[in-house]
Formats: sequence, C-alpha cells, structure tokens
Amino acid sequence: MSLSFLLEIGTEEIPDWMIVSALNQLRDHFQSMLDGQGLGGQVAWADGTPRRLALRADGLADRQADSEDLVTGPAKSAGTGAAAGFARKMGVSADALSVTTTAKGEYFSFTKRTAGKSARDILSAQLPGLILGIQWPKAMYWVGGKTGPRFIRPIRWLVALLGDAVVPFEIAGVKSGSLTRGHRILGSGSIPVTIESYRDALQANGVILRASERREKIEVERAALLDQTGLRVHPDPDLLEKLVYITEFPTPITGVFDEQFLELPSEVLVTVMRHHQNYFSVEDAEGKLAPRFVAVMNTNADPEGLVRHGNERVLRARFNDARFFWTVDQQKRLEDRVPDLANVTFQAKLGSYLAKTERNVAVVRELAAKLDTDSGPVERAARLLKADLPTEMVKEFPELQGIVGGLYAKAQGEPEEVWRAIYDHYKPASMEDSIPSSASGRLVALADKIDTLRGCFSVGLMPTGSKDPFALRRAAQGVVRILVEGKLDLPLSKLTAGDAALHEFLLDRIRYYFREVRGFAYDEVNAVIASGAENLPDIEARLLALKSVRPTANFEPLAASFKRIQNILRQASHQGAGAVDEALIEPGPERVLYDEFKRVSAAAGTSEYLPGLEAIASLRPAVDSFFDKVLVNAPDARVRANRLNLLHGILTEFSTIADFSEIVTQ
Amino acid sequence: MDSFQQTIFKLKNYWSERGAIVTEPYDAQVGAGTMSPETFLRVLGPKPYRVAYVQPSRRPADGRYGENPARLYKHQQLQVILKPSPDDVIDQYLASLEAIGIDLKQHDIKFEEDNWESPTLGAWGIGWQVMLDGLEITQFTYFQQCGGIDLDLVPAELTYGLERLTAFLQGKDSVFDIEWTPGVKYADVRLADEVQNSVYNFEMAGIDALWQLFAVNESEAQRLIALWPDYKDKQRFPTLAVYDHVLSCSNLFNLLDSRGAISVTERVGVIARVRKLAVAVAHIWHQQQGEVAA
Repeated sequence: MSLSFLLEIGTEEIPDWMIVSALNQLRDHFQSMLDGQGLGGQVAWADGTPRRLALRADGLADRQADSEDLVTGPAKSAGTGAAAGFARKMGVSADALSVTTTAKGEYFSFTKRTAGKSARDILSAQLPGLILGIQWPKAMYWVGGKTGPRFIRPIRWLVALLGDAVVPFEIAGVKSGSLTRGHRILGSGSIPVTIESYRDALQANGVILRASERREKIEVERAALLDQTGLRVHPDPDLLEKLVYITEFPTPITGVFDEQFLELPSEVLVTVMRHHQNYFSVEDAEGKLAPRFVAVMNTNADPEGLVRHGNERVLRARFNDARFFWTVDQQKRLEDRVPDLANVTFQAKLGSYLAKTERNVAVVRELAAKLDTDSGPVERAARLLKADLPTEMVKEFPELQGIVGGLYAKAQGEPEEVWRAIYDHYKPASMEDSIPSSASGRLVALADKIDTLRGCFSVGLMPTGSKDPFALRRAAQGVVRILVEGKLDLPLSKLTAGDAALHEFLLDRIRYYFREVRGFAYDEVNAVIASGAENLPDIEARLLALKSVRPTANFEPLAASFKRIQNILRQASHQGAGAVDEALIEPGPERVLYDEFKRVSAAAGTSEYLPGLEAIASLRPAVDSFFDKVLVNAPDARVRANRLNLLHGILTEFSTIADFSEIVTQ
Repeated sequence: MDSFQQTIFKLKNYWSERGAIVTEPYDAQVGAGTMSPETFLRVLGPKPYRVAYVQPSRRPADGRYGENPARLYKHQQLQVILKPSPDDVIDQYLASLEAIGIDLKQHDIKFEEDNWESPTLGAWGIGWQVMLDGLEITQFTYFQQCGGIDLDLVPAELTYGLERLTAFLQGKDSVFDIEWTPGVKYADVRLADEVQNSVYNFEMAGIDALWQLFAVNESEAQRLIALWPDYKDKQRFPTLAVYDHVLSCSNLFNLLDSRGAISVTERVGVIARVRKLAVAVAHIWHQQQGEVAA
C-alpha cells in the first residue's frame, strides 16, 4: 500500500529571508530520512509562508520490509554445548538452528527475522529531530529555558498526516494533529484538513501556500494597478522575494506622494521607499521617478482606502525627515566636515576616518603617478570621500554613504570628475553590481579598498573562515574587478606593497574571479597565473587566448609533451644554464625541432597572445617526432646536455603566456 | 475618537484584565521601558510575572526642539511583560489593538524581523517590529538574556509607541497635534519639555559636570557591589538602590553622547563600564531571588 504524507510546521512569523533555506533543508532531510529508513516515496513539494513550513511526500510504504540476517555461530565441531549457548544468545531453542557451510567449514547458524517497523512509528520517532535539525541563522528558545528546544520562532501547531491518520509526536508541548490555522485576519484559527484538502483549505482561509502563486499575484496585480497610467514599477527582484515571503496573502496597492518631494535626489526617495518601507518605486517610460509607490499588503483588500492613506502618511513623514536632513546638511560643506572625521573611528588600531582619508589621498597619488594621470581631481575626491559620514542623512540612511557624499559634492559645485568618483566609490557593492563608471571613480574606489586591505592586513585583521567583519573579501573582489574590467595596468606587487599574506589573498580572489565569475577552467587559470600574475588585464588577455586555442587538435597533446619535458628536466636536475650548440644537433627530428623552435620563437614573440599560442601549438608534430625518434639521454654527455638545453629553451620560451604543464590533459 | 489618555486607559485596562499588575512609571530617568526594574530585574529568575506600565523614556539624541512632527526627546512607551509568554501571545496582542479601536480587517498588519539588543544592559532578544499600514507601532521581543543571564522563563515584551499609535488613531501628522484630552493638545503638555531639554542636551549641558556625576554614580554603585559577597543578610542588600545609580550612569552616558562629548572610540569603553554594573546588579538580584525560592 502506498501512502501520502503531509507535514506542516506552524510557527509565529519567520523572517522572510530564511524561509527558502529552511524549506530546502526540510525537503532534503526528509527525503534522506525516507531513503535511509527504506520507506520509499518522494517529496512532492515543500512550500511555505512566514507562518508555516509545509511538505508533502507521496508513495511511502506503510511499513519497512521485514529483514533477514544470517547469524553465524560456533563451528559445528564445537559440539552441542556450544550450539545450546548460541541458541540461548539468539533467544531460541537449539533445534531452531541450522548449519551453514562456508569455505572454512561447517558452522551453526540462525536466520534472524526482524519485522519492519511501520511508517507511522518511524515518522513519529524521526520528525521531532528532523524539524529541530533545521539550521537557522539565529534561533531562539521559548519554553524550558536554555535547555528547551530551539527554533527560529515558537512552534504553535503541527500537522502530520500519513494517509488519513495523524502521525503522533510532540515538540515543545505542541502535539501533532490534523488542524491547521488560517491567515491571522482572514482565516479561521482551527481548520481540520486532510492531505488532499490542505492547500484548498488554506486558500479558503486567506493563505496562498505556494510562493510562486504569491509572486505571480503580486506581479499581475501591481501591473494592473498602473495600467493606463504610462507608468511602471521599477523592477526589484530582491524586494519582490522579500514581499513574497513576508505575506500569506499579498495584495498590492498604490499610493501617491507630493510632487514637491521629487526635488530631493531620487536615490534618497528610492532608499526610503525600498529599505524603510518595502515599497516598489514607480517610474515613467524614460525611467524617471514618478510620485507614486506600490506597497504590498498582507491582506485581501483595502475597501476604505485606510491602508493606502496610512502608508502615504508614513511616507510623507519619512520624506519630510529626509528633506530636513538635506537642508541641515547643506549648512556645512563637505570640505569643512573633513576635520570632524577625527571623531569617527575607522578601526581601533587603524585610527579615525580622518587618518584613513589622509592615507587614501596618499594611495590615490601613488596610483595616479603609476598610471601617469592627473592626480588633481582624484586627490580632491579622495579628500572628500568620507566626509558624508557625519551628515544627518547618512546617520539616518547608512546604506546611502558615498552616494550622499557624491550628491552633496555635486550640489556644492564640485566638478563631475570629483563628485561622481565620490558617488561611486563603494562600487562594486556585489558581484552583480557594476564597477565605477568613470576613470577617476575607478581610481578612487581602488585606492579606498587597497588602503583598507593594506591596513587590516598590517594589523592582523585577516578574514578567517566565515568571519570577515571588515568585508575584506568584497573589497578584494572589488579590487580585482576594477583592475580587470577597468583595464588598469597596475602591478599587483605594487598594490600589495610587499605584504605576502595580502598578495596571496588577492591571488586567491583573482583565481576565484576568473573561475567562478568568468567561467574559465581551473587549470587554465592555474596555467596562466603560473606564468605571471602581476598585471590583471594581461591575465585576462592570456586566458582568453588560451581558452580559444585549447579546443584545437594540437593543444592538449602539446601540453602533455610540455609536462613530459618538465619531468625530464627535473629528473636530470637540469639547471638550464647553457645555450644550444647548433653543431651538436643531429639531422632528422632533432634538427627539425630546433628549426621549428626558432621559427615559432619568432612567431610567438608577437604581443598578440592568440597567434602566439597558435604558433606554439604548431610545434606539436616536431615535438612528437623528437620524442619518438630521439633519445634525450644520449650516451655522449655533451649531446645529452645540448638536448636538455634545447628542451629547456622550449619550455621557458613558451611558458610566458601560460604554463602548459598546469593543463590537465585527457 | 479616543484621546491620548483614553487610549492609555484602554490598554492598561486590557492588560489588567489579563492578569497584569499595572504600575505607575518608574521614578528614575530611563531610556526605555525595558530599563525599569519592573522589566530588567523581574524577567530574571523562575517566578512568573505580568506587568504593564507607561514609561516616559528619554533619548537625548532624538530631541528636535519640538520641531520634528515625529521625533521626541521624551516619548512614552506602554511596556507589557508577560512572563512566561502565553502560547497565544500574538492573538492577545492583536486583540489589544482591537480594544483601542483598530479594526484589523480594515488594515494591514505585518510582523517584520527585528531582533533587539541592548549592549548597556547585556540583554538581547528575538522578535519583530509590528507594522500597521507601514507604520511601526510596537516592538515585540522574546527576551533570551538579560544582564548577561540566560532567562529561565522566556518573557514576551510588548512595547507600544504611544505617541505614534495615537497619532495614527487620531489621524494626526504631528504628535504635537494629538489630543491629550478634549481641548488639550500634546504640545500644550509636552512642548516645553522638548524645547528646553533639547537646548540643555545639545547646547548647555556642562560636560565636566556630567562626567563628574557619571563618576560619582559609578563609584557608588561599584562600592556597594563590592560589599555584596560578604554581606550577611542577603535579602536586605540594597540591590534596587544600586540599580538606580546604574540607571543614572546610563542616562548620563546618553546625555554626554547627545552633547557630542563621547568620541566613537570612547563610546565602546563607556558602554562596557555601564554594562559591567548592570550585569553585576542582575547577578545579585538573581541570587537574591534564588535564595527566596530555596
């Protein structure tokens, strides 16, 4: 008989961003448990809302299969006394024993039969541990003090049905049953359900269980709200996900705000709406912010317009605050705020933001000199870079630091090169974010990050494991992306200023970037970095060339030959001091290889990597034939040394683009 | 439309009917209802407790001379402690909103993750900010630790922001326009506090004097705390009096902070000094409770 199973963990409101991970864990752990217990069956779905994590599985056996184990006892030759002892141990009489013949002889044995447990008993025993085994970023206890069960929020009810029957168990005093609860306002607090009626019963009680349906409802209805207005919601997938998981019955509404607030920078308005109120902002066809917003309620309707009115009122107060901060902040220029940074700690051992500002200016000057660019505007930007930290606007909206500084610099008449560099200097904020759009912005952003990295490494604040309080990985990733994508010719060793640990850390981020973000194979990345990692745009150019030459017929066999050359040289402890003596070269394959080496050297010497690699790959027939026909270990020591010199010449000459011996060949 | 005070009466009455002791505000300067000993100390130990009180709470840095429609130097919180938290605590909370005239079917209510932590009190909890039509009206916290002590009975703390809630109920854009009682506005009662205390906090507070007061209160608390281990009649030990000095330190710290007299670097150190005292008081109280129970 095949059974279905339904589990619902009813809780108080779970933070939106934890729900998907919890459901994935629930699904995986439940499936592993079914597999491990031999109950068969597959998880059909796992879905949830802030107040419930639910899962359904189908095709469960109603009990485990009975099992038989053959237990071998004493040798038959040991006699009846031993047999009786063995039978006692098995809990049977001696005549229940049989004799099994093995390679070593005859033995008493007993076939032990274990009845399979019922699915109900297994689930009863397993579910509490499985549920409490879900890992949360920050769990709590609510009954029984610190020794009580821990979960993300209190568990208030449990539904566990196997077929028509309740699977009995208990967590924190809550007994499993067949009663669920509806939406706090729209539904009943006690709803009998069966496995088949579960989702419809919830729907009738104001709960849309499926996240996908909630998402679609929000998307369809918010578009309908703006139908015929010529306006659209500014896309914001992260906010959409948040709202999907903060509601059980999402319903979008739209509200307006006074057009006079549009005088404030749209960044500020959008941040207030997005981060403080969870509203979607609305824009016209050109992407210009419109004086409207879309909020998503966790209920079905706003018949009297009270919700819209309330949200508009809150937004008005927030915008009034922002306007107040803007006005107050303009009373003191950024320039005059720089000394105030002495009172803002960057890091205890690294001093204040004033000290950091001074270091940033020095780094910017250093980098500008290396790049041979005018350091005037970037030094100015670096000086004002952190001056927005003591402003009221940034105190209120910390996520706007940098952006506020840029906007204030603009309002205070700084040239675009300066204000835009300040505006963009936290970029890239994530892997998805772009690097600063202007050259000055890239230089300043780079300097700020480099100073942070140098400083933190110099006082021993390296990230360890998952701990990275100063977001150094993100800073390093930003450095790598700005260098590569901004095509900046700044040697890595100059940036790390002799700090070996920092150098290794950055190399690690370089490998990560090219592998995980850009999708290059790990051996290609290793091969290219082994040939030098000073100049990041150059690493990229070599990788692109390597990637495109790799699928050609000659490449991998040649890479294998290079590895062979390396092994031969290593075994011969060859130091590679000598030049090739042409007179010692034998006609035939050795001569051919030598000529090819000279020809390819000339061709590979171009600054273009792809033709260079193609030329190197064309060495393959000559190399193959050399190894086929020529004995490197020639009896004549001079000939042997000469051949090693030839091979060494080939290896070093052709390893400047990539070290082919790092390529993993088939 | 209910006046400010009627709304307060209704909430107090609501929780009184659910078994809470209703007390008057604690008579010391505090930054939040949590700091009253009715919360900070009562949540410790194994004894169930239910209490509700309005606590005027001083946040010197939030003062705006009475010019900002939503920010106050001194606002009033209705603080409810339910120890242990009942299973239907959220239903009870929602019903309290109905009791003050909010028809939840006409509004949008959401529970958004907002965990609470007070470094000065060595306390933290897990919870939400409760949003009504986009307005935060209540902080809801399950305390996990207080004064550095893990709690035996996890209490629910409900903190209603009374000015906001009333402005919402009365449809006022500024808290100063709230009707306190018919014919009397919030501004009539409280505007002078806002103006004068903002002037004092931001412009006139004597920094040296405040530091001296801090030092005197700190050393008096330290002196008494040092006497506890050898103090014979444990039940008579004046823990609550020590705690009043800790509260003074906390308030003086906030004043100095709003006056701009504490650099960010110093800040951490001063917070640690206050926390050390608060944690010591919590431990003494906890031991005193344990002896009663034993």
